[in-house]
Amino acid sequence: MATDVHRPVDTPSAVRVEGLTRSFDGRPVIDELRLDLRQGEFVALIGRSGCGKSTLLRILAGLDRDIEGTVLVPRRKAVAFQAPRLMPWKKVWRNVLLGLPGKPERAVAEQALTEVGLSSRSDAWPKTLSGGEAQRASLARALVREPDLLLLDEPFGALDALTRIKAQRLVGELWQRRGCAVLLVTHDVEEAVLLADRVLVMDDGVIAHEQEIGLDRPRDITDPRFAELRAGLLERLGVDTAAATAA
Amino acid sequence: MSISHAPPDSHKADISPKSSSAASPPKLDLEPIVPTSSRRTRVPRWLRRTSGPLLLLALWQVLSSTGVLTADVLASPGRIAEVARELVADGSLTSAMGTSLQRVAAGLLLGSLVGTGLALVSGLFRVGEDLVDAPVQMLRTVPFVGLIPLFIIWFGIGEAPKVAIITLGVTFPLYLNVYAGIRGVDAQLIEAGESLGLSRWGLVRHVVLPGALPGAMTGLRYSLGISWLALVFAEQVNADSGIGFLMVQARDFLRTDVIVVCLIVYAFLGLLADFVVRTLERLLLQWRPTFTGR
Repeated sequence: MATDVHRPVDTPSAVRVEGLTRSFDGRPVIDELRLDLRQGEFVALIGRSGCGKSTLLRILAGLDRDIEGTVLVPRRKAVAFQAPRLMPWKKVWRNVLLGLPGKPERAVAEQALTEVGLSSRSDAWPKTLSGGEAQRASLARALVREPDLLLLDEPFGALDALTRIKAQRLVGELWQRRGCAVLLVTHDVEEAVLLADRVLVMDDGVIAHEQEIGLDRPRDITDPRFAELRAGLLERLGVDTAAATAA
Repeated sequence: MSISHAPPDSHKADISPKSSSAASPPKLDLEPIVPTSSRRTRVPRWLRRTSGPLLLLALWQVLSSTGVLTADVLASPGRIAEVARELVADGSLTSAMGTSLQRVAAGLLLGSLVGTGLALVSGLFRVGEDLVDAPVQMLRTVPFVGLIPLFIIWFGIGEAPKVAIITLGVTFPLYLNVYAGIRGVDAQLIEAGESLGLSRWGLVRHVVLPGALPGAMTGLRYSLGISWLALVFAEQVNADSGIGFLMVQARDFLRTDVIVVCLIVYAFLGLLADFVVRTLERLLLQWRPTFTGR
């Protein structure tokens, strides 16, 4: 099986989390959580809304430091949020370069924008971009940092169905080219099975279930094994699979 | 079975009268959607913009020449133009304007420095907010015009009290709007900036200050308006030069024509200030798509 290739002993970790606890007003949202990501691994994190998956991503991004436990992440990491969060007062290419050390040249931004297929809009104001374009600009901004860990917080959530399919394909291609570890937080089980090497189900503040996805890439959603994995994960999330398949 | 058949039956009954009427459907009144370009009038924008004031001027002239408005109430536009020419010729208007402009410029500069400075301190730092915000909120409710007597005692009757009054008037609206602008910056953008590795100063420079700029522009607009107001007050008390002084003098000689000339000068200076802010907004806020009216 393809899973044998990715044993932890072979590849060093990109993320190590142990005994992580994060409470809001005394109520633990993440409770003694353990998580390991191998280098170059694509991991999807799914779970019901409010289960703490976005909180976990924010902790890994270093945006939430009100925590207990051990969290080890690479120095070079980048986040793409659900909303593109581009600075509206900076042109697209300046947004891409924002926060890079030194005085990077515009060509650096252009290269990243070309990679996501947005080179024609590099001189545009962010507010004139369409939803898909803005999300791609946000991806370019993450990629230009050459991250060892890419954190994606429901990046396709606000896109329409057609744009989403294109964006998912783009992320898959970028990951294969860059070879960085990716943690994708999503509530879309199909998206998780389509893109990830491993799907984690989060519940009650811990990783409640783990599913290796051994399917060959590019994956076919009409493959019966795909449907089986999807149904299994949906069951884990408490969705009645009989009803789900009937629908 | 019989139940599942029931709806189609009733449907049939529904459709049959309709299908008979469908043979000759009622004619719909279709109306064309006119493209905006053909609906626009051919009058150029600047002409449309100036036609309002010109119409007002014409009405004024008509009322004056028919004798409805007598000269001792309000002089006619023709008479006022003549007086304006005289005042410019003997140099009294231009020198008065120079003095007034200088006072406003000094007051605006000082006021914007103090206002934005305080707003930055209390907007960016929590300690600054605790120290600065309460006193400023307290002081701003004091009508600044009421401070003129105190300022005259403190600063004498030279330029200082006049500039001080303008400074005071300018400071508060700028403070309030810049402060609100800073605190109103989208927290999501701040977080995005943090995730990109911006330093504290980088966040201020690239995220907070540009985000506060629309608020600052609103504040500047208010401040400019108030600066002229403060100038009129300051110059009508104990002044020996400036447009306000010219007006007080004209009042003593019952010269309504000179007073109106001075008022028009104020109006034009206000228009000029508005033009400056508009230009600044166009340059600095071009990233913001706004509703421009139809």
